[in-house]
Amino acid sequence: MDFSSLTLHEALRLLEDGTTTSVALTQAVFSRIGAVEDRIKAYLAHNEELALQGAEQADALRAQGQGGPLCGIPLAVKDLLCTSDFPTTCGSRMLERFTPPYNATVVEKLHQAGVVITGKLAMDEFAMGSTNENCAFAVPENPWKAGYIAGGSSGGSAAAVAADECFGALGSDTGGSIRQPASLCGVVGMKPTYGRVSRYGLVAFASSLDQVGPLSKDVRDCALMMEAIAGYDPRDSTSINRPVPVYSQVLERGVRGLRIGVPTEYFGQGLDPEVETAVRRGIELLEQAGAEIVEVSLPHTQYCVAVYYLIAPAEASSNLARYDGVRYGFRAAGTDGLQEMYNRSRSQGFGDEVKRRILIGTYALSAGYYDAYYKKASQVRTLIKQDFETVFRQCDLIASPVTPTPAWPIGEKSDDPLSLYLSDILTLSANLAGIPGMSVPCGFTSAGLPVGMQLQAAHFNEEVLFQAGASLEQQLGIAAKKPVIGGV
Amino acid sequence: MKITPEEVERVAALARLQLDGPEVERMTRQLDTILSYVAKLDEIDTQGVEVTTHTQQVVNAFREDEVQPSLQPEQALANAPEDNGASFSVPRIIR
Repeated sequence: MDFSSLTLHEALRLLEDGTTTSVALTQAVFSRIGAVEDRIKAYLAHNEELALQGAEQADALRAQGQGGPLCGIPLAVKDLLCTSDFPTTCGSRMLERFTPPYNATVVEKLHQAGVVITGKLAMDEFAMGSTNENCAFAVPENPWKAGYIAGGSSGGSAAAVAADECFGALGSDTGGSIRQPASLCGVVGMKPTYGRVSRYGLVAFASSLDQVGPLSKDVRDCALMMEAIAGYDPRDSTSINRPVPVYSQVLERGVRGLRIGVPTEYFGQGLDPEVETAVRRGIELLEQAGAEIVEVSLPHTQYCVAVYYLIAPAEASSNLARYDGVRYGFRAAGTDGLQEMYNRSRSQGFGDEVKRRILIGTYALSAGYYDAYYKKASQVRTLIKQDFETVFRQCDLIASPVTPTPAWPIGEKSDDPLSLYLSDILTLSANLAGIPGMSVPCGFTSAGLPVGMQLQAAHFNEEVLFQAGASLEQQLGIAAKKPVIGGV
Repeated sequence: MKITPEEVERVAALARLQLDGPEVERMTRQLDTILSYVAKLDEIDTQGVEVTTHTQQVVNAFREDEVQPSLQPEQALANAPEDNGASFSVPRIIR
């Protein structure tokens, strides 16, 4: 059998009962990478030799009855998580030759859990983008349809999981960057509550919005990965010190007694009819399973794109000031003096979208404009957050689409930044409010493109997302459906 | 117009970015579209509304003032575009 098509928890069971080894799983993953990677282009770097060394160690530990809860499982991580074993490029020329001297906390946690890291996954430059077309090195393609976007910014993570090039992956989500590609590629993705997972070693884009989270083949895998990465980290002063629930224990609880809110504003103009049909059907299934469905309102939804595209660029312009060509990163050659070295290194090292956001952010923070833009956006952010506080007094979680449309052809919207920003409208609010959100596959369009359902809950209430996600997945029975990639 | 080419050049200089002529023209057009769009926030009366800069109420996260393990100098310099073995090297600043 081809082990690469197993879910993480199925592979784990085979390891536990001695049917297979981590070495065999790792070989299967690299064999799969060899077969499909030319078409998918999900990885920016992978290292079979290193992975097999890790797999041998994992097998040895398991033979002694030791090893962590994910001992021997091959996973991959988005290329903005610092790894001392691999370069960490953030999809940017700026960091093309950067190998961090330390591991991100989540990478350390994966190591402690016994995970074998296969490689680093493609992404939009510094996580800025919704299509992965902003990656300086490779544009991953949707496993379900050649020439279509995988989504972004964690497009490589979603494509690799959907194409069985790893058993699961870590991504990051600043405005939808886990949930949107997960939806477009038909995998599960979770953006945890802000503060649930450490950001230490996650290369910063917008620090008040960024969270690391899993992309996985099914909801159980997502729960197991969250158990491995969540938790307080003294090295991230915004991480929250509270116990991590055993998420995999709530999967069988079902949705009976849960109130699920359906926000009117998320089913508005611009929503693709096939996406709407799939999501509404998913909501009906949750109702049939015992949930109570209530209509709710998030009146400030229409402002979230404007708020986000001021706050995120403002934070980015500040965070990305560190790339000055001095301590690490790209330095332009043959410059005359320090100022020119700064200017030319940054101008040559950053791509278009990153420059655009640095300019918007710098403008919004600059003297004379701060009150009109940054302060105003931060006030409306409060109103968006209050919308959710009101709604979560009426229901336990919210169900909606993740994206207004399914995946589209590469190149179709690349010259129109605003229309791309507008396609993020359904995912941005969760980051602005700091709440958890999950994307769960809920069907396909007539063209065979995946559609996801977004579930959102109050701060630190990931458990109800796992309950509802598992219930939906079980009723739909589509988690095992696989894309056909180049005949293999 | 929400933003002029001169303003884009001024902002680029603040951000230590050097844009050529066509880039200034394109960025001006795109930023103008984006800034015109975000002006819809003016529809909302935010008088008296507090700002949200973080979604969790974290009070200062202090630790004891004790030395912690840290990077060795050679590790810190390993990614430097230019160094002299003990510190980072930059182009001449004072002439």
